[in-house]
Amino acid sequence: MKAMITAFGGRITFIQLAVIAALLMVLLPAITDIYRLNLFGKYLTYAFVAVGLVLCWGHGGILSLGQGIFFGLGGYCMAMFLKLEASTPEATASQTTPGIPDFMDWNRVTELPWFWEPFNSFTLTLMAIVVIPAVFAWLIGYAMFKRRVGGVYFAIITQAIAVIMTILIVGQQGYTGGINGITDLRTLLGWDIRTDSARTILYYACCVALLLCLLASRYLLESRFGRLLIAMRDQEDRVRFSGYDVANMKVFVFVVASVFAAIGGAFFTLQVGFMSPTFIGAVASIEMVVFCAVGGRLSVVGAAVGAFMVSWSKTTLSETFPQLWPVLLGALFIAVVMFFPRGLAGLVSDYAPQALSKWRRQAGRTPPSGDPAAEEPSR
Amino acid sequence: MNNAMLLEIEDLEVSFDGFKAIDGLNFYVERHELRVVIGPNGAGKTTLLDLICGKTRATGGRITFNNRELTRLAEHRIVQAGVGRKFQTPSVYENLTVYQNLELSSPGARSVLSSLFFRRTPELRSRIDEIARTIYLSDQLTISAGLLSHGQKQWLEIGMLLIQDPQLLMLDEPVAGMSVPEREATAALLNRIRENRAVIVIEHDMDFVKEIGRKVTVLHQGRIIAEGPVEKVAADERVIEVYLGH
Repeated sequence: MKAMITAFGGRITFIQLAVIAALLMVLLPAITDIYRLNLFGKYLTYAFVAVGLVLCWGHGGILSLGQGIFFGLGGYCMAMFLKLEASTPEATASQTTPGIPDFMDWNRVTELPWFWEPFNSFTLTLMAIVVIPAVFAWLIGYAMFKRRVGGVYFAIITQAIAVIMTILIVGQQGYTGGINGITDLRTLLGWDIRTDSARTILYYACCVALLLCLLASRYLLESRFGRLLIAMRDQEDRVRFSGYDVANMKVFVFVVASVFAAIGGAFFTLQVGFMSPTFIGAVASIEMVVFCAVGGRLSVVGAAVGAFMVSWSKTTLSETFPQLWPVLLGALFIAVVMFFPRGLAGLVSDYAPQALSKWRRQAGRTPPSGDPAAEEPSR
Repeated sequence: MNNAMLLEIEDLEVSFDGFKAIDGLNFYVERHELRVVIGPNGAGKTTLLDLICGKTRATGGRITFNNRELTRLAEHRIVQAGVGRKFQTPSVYENLTVYQNLELSSPGARSVLSSLFFRRTPELRSRIDEIARTIYLSDQLTISAGLLSHGQKQWLEIGMLLIQDPQLLMLDEPVAGMSVPEREATAALLNRIRENRAVIVIEHDMDFVKEIGRKVTVLHQGRIIAEGPVEKVAADERVIEVYLGH
């Protein structure tokens, strides 16, 4: 057990994760109604993206302004499966071609396109949610990092790909549902996902998946690979001339971040009940980076909290001041970059130790001593 | 082919937009040799190291290391073949501890998977301790490398190369910006390092060159203009004219 705790980043991480788990899975369900809980579940899906960005941007130095691509791929894969399940010949009997999704019929598509076929199978859909974004991220990453494209160029290219993908989805209305997205999703393997009990269960499933992603991220960051990420971010040439193939490392972390985003996207579709291009385009992708920056781009837990809190304020504020929200979001991003670059997590780690040691002095305790080899300087 | 040579460079040439930074260079280094390369600014000294380690690609000629052609090999493969290179400005990972800097540089877990499942062995620990003693940083292992002095960073980077146990170590101005005691310690360090490997040092400081060097190569405008024992080279008329004279 002790070895396991050390491998996953020490006691602090376990305490943090336990606190997060208790907050999400005990406190929030206890104090809110199902409508709010469902909204919280939606915010949590952005936390998957933010955690992935901590790995690839915060630690690896790779800024992707196109994480919406992968969020969208995961979300659309799930939506396609649910849509096919909702489009039984009986349910669509009034269509010209019964048995295909309604928007296809409206667009005079008479046959299910070949790339929709695999989504008749739930197993294949689950695989697709992970494999398609992974392969796509690998292709983008391999093509760029092997050519030593990085930094701001990588950010711009990923942003462009996000824009291209939205245009493609909107343009191919008959195959994708267009600007409206894939809507009117009802059941998952016969289980109605619109009921209160289903929403509660999906919320818990989303929490468990997020905690697993947090745990996986901690493991990754505490491994030699995690330190390599920091080394690459700070001194890429030194890593290369220490015998590492830097491009492989970057491709890997980008793929991991993208798979996290895709899992978030799939849970988004399940909890929100539809998927549309507005959730995956340029603006959405930039918002995801802001979530991560506000929470703290070096802390997985911080980024998850940031995603949750910023999306929550987005809902609250954009209901009250719809015009003001984009300005506020921009101002928030500028403030984070200028005044607290390590985000909320940075503020906590700057001020919490003082408070903690004060408390320890008062309580007459001594701080625990750590393993010198595993100790890390403050980042 | 002469198998006694560790590094053989023949007819090496590189041009940047028509400017030949290295021009028909022939350069040989024996095993366990310490070679100092000197020359005025722009002579091509750093470019020569860049070419050997693959940072810059040659436009002509051959670089053979242990009878292996390096000119087409990827940078990390060249390192794995046994060539270590220290950069001119100290390049250490400032956000990691000295210990972590050394550990990350150790060979053995250089792929994605092996670095994910890497576990520290007692052998590696003692190896890191040993290297830390060699580079005078035993007491600094747990502090972050960003807090080291300039000279200590230079030593740390040398240590990061030593842990890879390269057959050829290339150092670009290792004593630049060092104090006199640090410089003396570095000379002692170099004399210890060279016992089991070949070392190429680029240096400007002639006093330091005399302290460590036996064989010196003088570069000027991408060509070798003199090569030999340090006293002989220092007395060479052309060398005095282009380099030492001012």
